[in-house]
Amino acid sequence: MLKITNLHASAGEKEILKGISLEIKPGEVHAIMGPNGSGKSTLAQIIAGHPGYEVTSGSIEYAGQDLLELDAEERAQQGVFLAFQYPVEIPGVTNAYFLRAAYNEIRKAHGEEEADPIEFLDIMEEKLKLVEMDASMMQRSVNAGFSGGEKKRNEILQMAVLAPKLAVLDETDSGLDIDALRIVAEGVNKLKRPDNATIVVTHYQRLLNYIVPDFVHVLAGGRIIKSGGKELAHELEAKGYDWLLEPAGV
Amino acid sequence: MTTPYAEQFATSSEVGGSLSEGPSWLPALRKKAMERFNTLGFPTTRDEDWHFTSVTPIAEKVFKAIKPAATTLTLSDIEEHLVDAEWHRLVFVNGKIEPALSQFAGLPADVQLSPLSDLLKEEPEWVEKHLGSLASFDKAAFTAMNTAFMQEGVVLHVPKGEVVDVPIHILHVTDSNAAGAAIHPRLLVVADTLSHVMLVESFIGLGNVSYLVNGVAEVVVGNGARVDHYKVQKESIEAFHVGTTQVTQGRDSIYHSFSYAAGAALSRTNIYTKLADTGSEARLNGMYVLDGTQHGDHQTFVEHLAESCASRELYCGVLDGSSHGVFNGKVYVDPIAQKTDGKQTNKALLLSPQARVDTKPQLEIFADDVKCTHGATIGRLDDMALFYLKSRGIGADNARSLLTYAFAAEALETIEIDALRLSLERNVFERFTHTQLL
Repeated sequence: MLKITNLHASAGEKEILKGISLEIKPGEVHAIMGPNGSGKSTLAQIIAGHPGYEVTSGSIEYAGQDLLELDAEERAQQGVFLAFQYPVEIPGVTNAYFLRAAYNEIRKAHGEEEADPIEFLDIMEEKLKLVEMDASMMQRSVNAGFSGGEKKRNEILQMAVLAPKLAVLDETDSGLDIDALRIVAEGVNKLKRPDNATIVVTHYQRLLNYIVPDFVHVLAGGRIIKSGGKELAHELEAKGYDWLLEPAGV
Repeated sequence: MTTPYAEQFATSSEVGGSLSEGPSWLPALRKKAMERFNTLGFPTTRDEDWHFTSVTPIAEKVFKAIKPAATTLTLSDIEEHLVDAEWHRLVFVNGKIEPALSQFAGLPADVQLSPLSDLLKEEPEWVEKHLGSLASFDKAAFTAMNTAFMQEGVVLHVPKGEVVDVPIHILHVTDSNAAGAAIHPRLLVVADTLSHVMLVESFIGLGNVSYLVNGVAEVVVGNGARVDHYKVQKESIEAFHVGTTQVTQGRDSIYHSFSYAAGAALSRTNIYTKLADTGSEARLNGMYVLDGTQHGDHQTFVEHLAESCASRELYCGVLDGSSHGVFNGKVYVDPIAQKTDGKQTNKALLLSPQARVDTKPQLEIFADDVKCTHGATIGRLDDMALFYLKSRGIGADNARSLLTYAFAAEALETIEIDALRLSLERNVFERFTHTQLL
């Protein structure tokens, strides 16, 4: 589904990713862990098409096409979704309008009919339950004045509505209390299907108790310095990152 | 020196000319105003109040009084500008009142809504008392010009305790017959104690021609009274619009104004209010939406002249192309005006690198127990917000439009007449998205 080969990327003069290779197949959950500043969020944002980074070499192949050739909106229309670490507040646009606009753009891209407001209301009702959100949130401006937990739940709500093939969760656990973490994780688990894949970017092992990964990769200094199964996450929890950093020369 | 306007005035104010009509004080008032205009001349950018706005394009031309002619416009030509066809309305076309397009028979019997020319015949003393009492032309050339040349106008008198719950709409429509014309609309509103009235003034240009609209409005808000005063300026893109509103407020009164400026090549809107007695409140909000080479200037002036008065101002501007927006918000707090609570906010969104905005808050505070704040922000569309929308599948153009609309929504939300708010929201939305708001 996703094949990243020797990816190098920089922001301005600074090289952040220094040769990342990673392959993800349908149905898999990959965790990307690593210390702060390792390039985890950069990788997540590059997959989604953030304009602030320049890919200097390497490639990303998604569903048989060159992902880097696509604009951010085209990627979304073809099933790529990023749950933001810091969801953006958009005062003046209601959550309902925003979600319906996004939902319809994606349907249009697939040659399907747009949903009218009434149809969309039915779709929403079901998805809101998934993340235990009140319907009144739909009439509020996108993320404006939302608590940290509400913002993250709103991200998962969007994911539920847009039904992506590849979901990238960027530090979705940061700033969540244990109840919100459970709700968010359960939402992600319920959305899991054999034909979609998930990348979970996180600093801590905590989230991985709820969203169990098939593979764990440790990113440091812009490279993947170790890959393994879910037990690697537990090992990191117990020992921290330092034991890996020195041998890798980071 | 004889200016073209002095010549026009001399011709028309001779016996038998239209400016010689009315009770004897009126030609005298006109004459005084004309003399003042001749002395002042058009303002220049050396005048502090006109620093960012050059009226050279107006001063270079000579606009002429228009010969009253019956219009061929029908209701369907102006339908989209009516906002709500149920409202009371007075319609002027090229400066001349059109009874066939107007409707205000449903107003409460004791509410007076009359063409100025009628009231000058019926109650000249009452008009004399109010007309020009607020709109001083001593330092204001355009007000002097209006006073000298004003032709038709509107007088609205709401008696004590009367609450008019249907908005009154005054439409000034121009079409291509207005090419080269100067139109000087005049409005006088007197809202007596504890009355409430909602007024919408629309300036609509239907023809793609150049003309000058130079309006003056005087509004007296009595004790405990409330006046909601909306102004919608959608003049022809070739036209010039200058409008001055001068208000005086009594004890515990509310004056709520909203100015929407989207038309004209060059526009200047002045909204001045005097909080003359305790507990009164002014809410002055507005929105300007400019494109191409348009120039749009707003000046507000709130005089806190009594204790415990409040003023709230929110102006938002969206500027595209190489347009130029100006906002100058003046606040004066008199030594007597303790417990003043004033807040002023101006926000501008620049959609193109050539667009420009000048914003100048001006606070003069002579009392010590006051709360006065002002803030101005000038920004561009937020890249992160754009990326956020795009990452959800919303195309770049739509994302930009949606964010622009969202920016505008904050100011538009202060409009308390639902039909008007929806109409302007639609106007802004369609202008930026080229799609329809649902």
